[in-house]
Amino acid sequence: MARSDTMTTITLAINTDLARRILTDFLREEITRTGLSRAVVGLSGGIDSALACFLAAEALGPQNVLAVRMPYRTSSPESFEHAQLVIDQLGVQSLTVPITDMAEPLLNRFPEMNGVRRGNILARLRMIVLYDQSAAFGGLVVGTGNKTEIMLGYSTLYGDSAHALNPLGDLYKTQVRQLSRALGVPGPILDKAPTADLWPGQTDEGELGLTYARADQLLYLLVDQRYKPEECVAAGFDEPFVRQVVDRLRRNHFKRVMPLVAKLSNRTVGYDFLYLRDWGT
Amino acid sequence: MASLTLGLAQMKTRLGDVRANLDRHLALIDAAARQGVQLLVFPELSLTGYVLQDLVPGVACAASPDDPVFSQLLAVSRARDMDLMVGFVDEDQRHRFYISSAYLSRGQVVHVHHKVYLPTYGLFDEGRFFAWGDSVRAFDTRFGRLGMLICEDFWHASAPYLLWLDGADVMLFASASPGRGLNAEPALESARWVEHVLKAYASLFTTFVCHTNRVGFEDGLNFWGGAIAFDPNGDEIARGPYFDEALTVVPLDLNQLHRTRARLPLLRDERHALVAREIDRITAGSAGARDKG
Repeated sequence: MARSDTMTTITLAINTDLARRILTDFLREEITRTGLSRAVVGLSGGIDSALACFLAAEALGPQNVLAVRMPYRTSSPESFEHAQLVIDQLGVQSLTVPITDMAEPLLNRFPEMNGVRRGNILARLRMIVLYDQSAAFGGLVVGTGNKTEIMLGYSTLYGDSAHALNPLGDLYKTQVRQLSRALGVPGPILDKAPTADLWPGQTDEGELGLTYARADQLLYLLVDQRYKPEECVAAGFDEPFVRQVVDRLRRNHFKRVMPLVAKLSNRTVGYDFLYLRDWGT
Repeated sequence: MASLTLGLAQMKTRLGDVRANLDRHLALIDAAARQGVQLLVFPELSLTGYVLQDLVPGVACAASPDDPVFSQLLAVSRARDMDLMVGFVDEDQRHRFYISSAYLSRGQVVHVHHKVYLPTYGLFDEGRFFAWGDSVRAFDTRFGRLGMLICEDFWHASAPYLLWLDGADVMLFASASPGRGLNAEPALESARWVEHVLKAYASLFTTFVCHTNRVGFEDGLNFWGGAIAFDPNGDEIARGPYFDEALTVVPLDLNQLHRTRARLPLLRDERHALVAREIDRITAGSAGARDKG
């Protein structure tokens, strides 16, 4: 199919100075108005958590940020080293809590467990560590999921999706890369293939069956520009790819909303008991 | 009166805490007084915060001397000899709630504007929680005839147009505008859109157009500040910073109205009777179309 001009004119470029200003203000203001002044970031060695850590360090001062590394026995040593680059460059506080001893009893109990189940367990164990450190350190857990992941549902519910606030959730992966480069995230982290590192050799794009560059452009048309799926096809995207992404968008919406409450009374959380989290602050 | 020293306050608010926000107003009034400000403009819902939702009934005030919040603002307007435009939730006698701005001068409530366009789309949900205002009126002050609009009001050209015809030579606009539309440009789309339309109004109506907008966050929403003023030529004469709390002080040379309108008599030539006839015809022809009154 011949591609129309739309394919070449989709630009996700952002003004990184403006993004940096808004996101550091966001972290500082939304953390301090809770009465706290510190943040906890799970640092994987990948680009998303590196960027979240850079933003938190700039917003709160590096001494007020705790970067937590939580390797499992199969985690890539390279990831661990890349996280160290971030810690060294920013001067944030750091802690390493291996999760192997926590994970093995449960994993061993179900030897038939597939990769997705195992990955979800590791992600949820990391959540337990981060929320415990949140209490110990006196800081809010900063999320590291980007808009691409959120839209595609590429996250573990109550695992990496659990956090107090997320500076990256409205930036596509392409934009995360642009902002990370502008903030000085170390080169090896910028250049490597994204991976959840839940099993050896895993890559996001391999597991998802798509590339972030293409997915970001398509999501931008579908979500931000309100294109219909058939308009995306007309704009040059392959129909099966469009169908795949549209289906993922819908099927994973449950990860983007609070759990359902069955309404019985006249005033019910989620329906007609409506307050911002910042109520009174 | 040939000049007016105007102050445009861009401030953070504490969501639903009127007492804390009143204290912030009083501190800003002090700061403005030290800079000789004669009229200080606060953003939309400056006494309450913006995304109020179910907080609305609990934060409502009445713009009257009996109200514990307004009694203090009225007293300070007299003591400082400074006129004030403040944002609040007005509850009328039949318990309807309005997004409102009050103009206070020398201990008196001169005018209250109820927001006439309540955005209820996209990230906005105002129509769910508030009643629609029902009038757009200019009003006389010691500085001349002014007009007030609130945020979405000025996204409908008819509202500033009515103020223009009703005699407003200085338009005071207040917003709580959530920042959005990040792209490669150095300002957010929401800021650039607002600046475009304000400049257009100043140019088309040959009036002063002065706007302030709050700053800070409410949950994930940022507010971008960027107070701005245009003279009757459509030239920018003052600009506050984006995102920071600030007080932007701008002297308005009211004689500029004379000079601009001598050059460009758009007001003289405006045919509002023709407009009225055509509006009547169009309205009659679209009977049954949704009319919010």
